[in-house]
Amino acid sequence: MKIVCRCEDISEEDIVKAIDEYGCETLAELKQLLRLGMGHCQGRTCLILAAKILARKTGKSIQEIMPSFRPPVVPVDIGLIGGENEE
Amino acid sequence: MKNEADVVVIGGGINGCAIAYELAKRGKDIIVVERKWLAYGATGRCGAGIRQQWATKENAMLAKKSVEIFEGLSEELGYDIGLRQGGYLIAIHDEEGMKQAKKNVEMQRSIGLPVRIIGEDEIKEIAPILSPEGMEAIAATFCPTDGHANPFKTTYAYAMAAKKLGAEIYKFTEVKDIKVEEGKVKKVITNRGEIKTKYVVNAAGAWSREIGKMVGLEMPNKPVRKEAMVTEPLKRMFDCMVISFKHGIYFSQQDEGQILGGIPSPEEKVGYHTEPTFSFLKHMAHMLGKYAPSLKHVSILRQWTGFYDVTPDALPILGETSIEGFIQCNGFSGHGFMIAPMTARLLAQLICGEKIDMDISRLNMDRFKGEITEEKAVVG
Ligand SMILES: Cc1cc2nc3c(=O)[nH]c(=O)nc-3n(C[C@H](O)[C@H](O)[C@H](O)COP(=O)(O)OP(=O)(O)OC[C@H]3O[C@@H](n4cnc5c(N)ncnc54)[C@H](O)[C@@H]3O)c2cc1C
Ligand code: FES
Repeated sequence: MKIVCRCEDISEEDIVKAIDEYGCETLAELKQLLRLGMGHCQGRTCLILAAKILARKTGKSIQEIMPSFRPPVVPVDIGLIGGENEE
Repeated sequence: MKNEADVVVIGGGINGCAIAYELAKRGKDIIVVERKWLAYGATGRCGAGIRQQWATKENAMLAKKSVEIFEGLSEELGYDIGLRQGGYLIAIHDEEGMKQAKKNVEMQRSIGLPVRIIGEDEIKEIAPILSPEGMEAIAATFCPTDGHANPFKTTYAYAMAAKKLGAEIYKFTEVKDIKVEEGKVKKVITNRGEIKTKYVVNAAGAWSREIGKMVGLEMPNKPVRKEAMVTEPLKRMFDCMVISFKHGIYFSQQDEGQILGGIPSPEEKVGYHTEPTFSFLKHMAHMLGKYAPSLKHVSILRQWTGFYDVTPDALPILGETSIEGFIQCNGFSGHGFMIAPMTARLLAQLICGEKIDMDISRLNMDRFKGEITEEKAVVG
């Protein structure tokens, strides 16, 4: 079993199953269904691997399979933003 | 792509998929058209909280009946929907709030909901991370059968079950126009072809008013940008959703351990604005730190936006219109996920000419011609 997303523990099999069984065609759908790329690293390592699997299975190019990023890009502390943690 | 169906459902969110399933179950030939992918709209961006503690009887009944369906839904559909019933804890901040809470609880108990008012000690027992002081709470209401389901899993479960019953679901298919002749729905025009039909269900979420325009209906719905955020995953600390009508905050801990929540952003806008704001993040972090001080050292991983489809009375628009065959299923504001199972069943009964389980005629679009009774128990 090949692990694609280490943060969320998602294997290549999981991704292939989501494509075959649920008809996923985009990274957005894989994110929704499997939590792919939703871990602490925010998909920095797994999204490109998943995009390659998608490209292989759907015949689309990697460029067509673009991820969407949601800020903050780097995790930040609640206390830091909330302004009650000044030291 | 098929060019004919009994019913064309516009929108592949929780409502569109649930209706497709309920209609397919009744033997109807269904096509769902979705401009992007399933759960692209509000459904995929929502808190997916399920609350039965409402101030209006319509909402409370719709939510209660929906919970009864949610409880058996994984089994019925054959796919897990990730239901968790950890209750909703609603903060009461002052005497005024207590008066309203007592009134709500009385109505809610009269329809059979196990709601009760709890004191500060019990707040801390139910969710030890909460600080009643920081919340500025004197008490709370609590309903243990409220909860949460996974919005993606639930939408896909409905969609997959509908497909097995013969429904067609067309992704990346956008409705461009609807042809009406002699006051009746005739045809749906999409970017990928035309579909002949007698019924159209308008379940296009915040874009429903644009669909309404296609048949010449002026709808009062407004899209309002809402923001939400999620933290890194933490060990399990509490099971309930925590909300406050006064502060507008809501948050809960998800199955994987992350805290997900939202609050009205200081820069809240009407219109199709999608950009997330820093002021939301700041405000949310500030309030979260007050409600649950131990969360101050926890990291926020993501923030995003989605639309509430808001009506003047914060109640949905359901049912028939002056255009024969044009059925409304929208205007859900911040609670269209939790009432979808029952809404879908009722609209399917309506379309199939069956006896309807619950009278929803008051939720018809015509109500905006007269006096309006507003739902006050809204958050986010
Ligand atoms: C931040 C946030 C938090 C929320 N929290 C909760 C909560 O805790 N509990 C709760 O019950 N509700 C909550 N809600 C509200 C809930 O998300 C919505 O009421 C519900 O998801 C609406 O579902 P829907 O299927 O009606 O619409 P949507 O999910 O918006 O689906 C409509 C679909 O129609 C498609 N569409 C639009 N125009 C066209 C077209 N021309 N052709 C084809 N397709 C089209 C869109 O792409 C979209 O996928 C929240 C909402 C937000 C934004
Ligand atoms: S490896 Fe997938 S989110 Fe980190």
